[in-house]
Amino acid sequence: MTLGQDPFGSGLGGGQIQSADGATSLGDILERVLDRGLVIAGDIRVNLLDIELLTIKLRLVIASLETAKEVGIDWWEHDPWLRADAGRSGGGERTLEENQRPALTAKQEPPEEEEGDDEDEDQEDEDQEDDEYEYEEVDEAEQPEPPEPQRARRGKRS
Amino acid sequence: MTGSQTVWLYAVSRDDADNAPPSARGVAGEDVRVLTEGSLTAVVGSVDARRFGPDVLAGHLENLDWLAETARAHDAVVAATAARGPVVPVRLATLFSNDEGVRELLRSRREDFQSALEAVTGRAEWGVKAYVDPDSLANSLSAGDMASSGSTAQSGAGSAYLLRRRAQMAARQSAQSAAGEWARQIHARLRPLCAASRLHPAQDPRLSGRHDWMILNAAYLVDQERTEPFHALVKQLSEWQAALDVELTGPWPPYSFAVPPGDHRHD
Repeated sequence: MTLGQDPFGSGLGGGQIQSADGATSLGDILERVLDRGLVIAGDIRVNLLDIELLTIKLRLVIASLETAKEVGIDWWEHDPWLRADAGRSGGGERTLEENQRPALTAKQEPPEEEEGDDEDEDQEDEDQEDDEYEYEEVDEAEQPEPPEPQRARRGKRS
Repeated sequence: MTGSQTVWLYAVSRDDADNAPPSARGVAGEDVRVLTEGSLTAVVGSVDARRFGPDVLAGHLENLDWLAETARAHDAVVAATAARGPVVPVRLATLFSNDEGVRELLRSRREDFQSALEAVTGRAEWGVKAYVDPDSLANSLSAGDMASSGSTAQSGAGSAYLLRRRAQMAARQSAQSAAGEWARQIHARLRPLCAASRLHPAQDPRLSGRHDWMILNAAYLVDQERTEPFHALVKQLSEWQAALDVELTGPWPPYSFAVPPGDHRHD
């Protein structure tokens, strides 16, 4: 994204909103151009551009660019996902810790029971097929207390 | 078009009055062109087939710097196109051997493109990611629970450890379920303001570069006239809980909404 761009040319919405560091996150861009956007089979088939494979690589690529460089770690050289000889089943070698992030999954399954990357692909399929609510529909009346930020505010974290 | 050139497709838009090519440079630094076919316009660039052939591309994708640069260039052209009107962004590395292949695509899938363009007209994609600081969340949750575990002091060291472990697991689980509930509520609040929404998988902590848990990674297609209320609500939600951080990005070209209704193919 280009800074200051407004797709409507109207100035509505206050223009571009950037992440905290002032630049559009490369992660956000890669996620979109590699994992979203219309998939069209061109007449030149880029067979090795397998989306599932890329989705997996994407995580590593971005981390290596944005995080690892700063931190000075080179874990990707040892990560089974990035080694050419590793099959997809290599994901099991990733530590449980990494997979324990809570995720708003379509199936509402505890995240630690998923193998992170496979879960993502499953959900991606559902995302593509459902324009609206991806997780279980909850009747509006049964919604447990919708947030009321004005009253519930407990302090600001910026 | 010579034999050594191949055609990189960036986006499809309407053939409107202003169909000059967007000013952004393409992935090979090339001038971007437009191909008009019927009511549609494809934004393309001619790139060197030797540098962008299928085999070479596969190798490039292993090159982090190449991928980053190419992704940014691709996005820049898509964004420049979006700045002029409704656009259907096309995924990175969609290649044709010549212009005629692209024209044929526009002809054969005209209706798909038209309905996809209609769905995003006057709307933009906004990304909303929510993070929870697990420590802060655990603290706020455990204030009550910890008191009850104090009675374990008189048990043996082994069982005290087990009880402590169990308490930690329970705390983690309740933190996760609380965080999940927050994510659901944020999404439930934002959804009514949007024409469409998509929930994407949470980014890996290494991808987001943050220690915090990403509990929501969503994209919302927002009408132009609802941009301000949408932003206001996101801001409200970001102040809702102390342990919660809500990040807004955009406006994006509608990458997440580029699937024509009735066409959900992945390839």
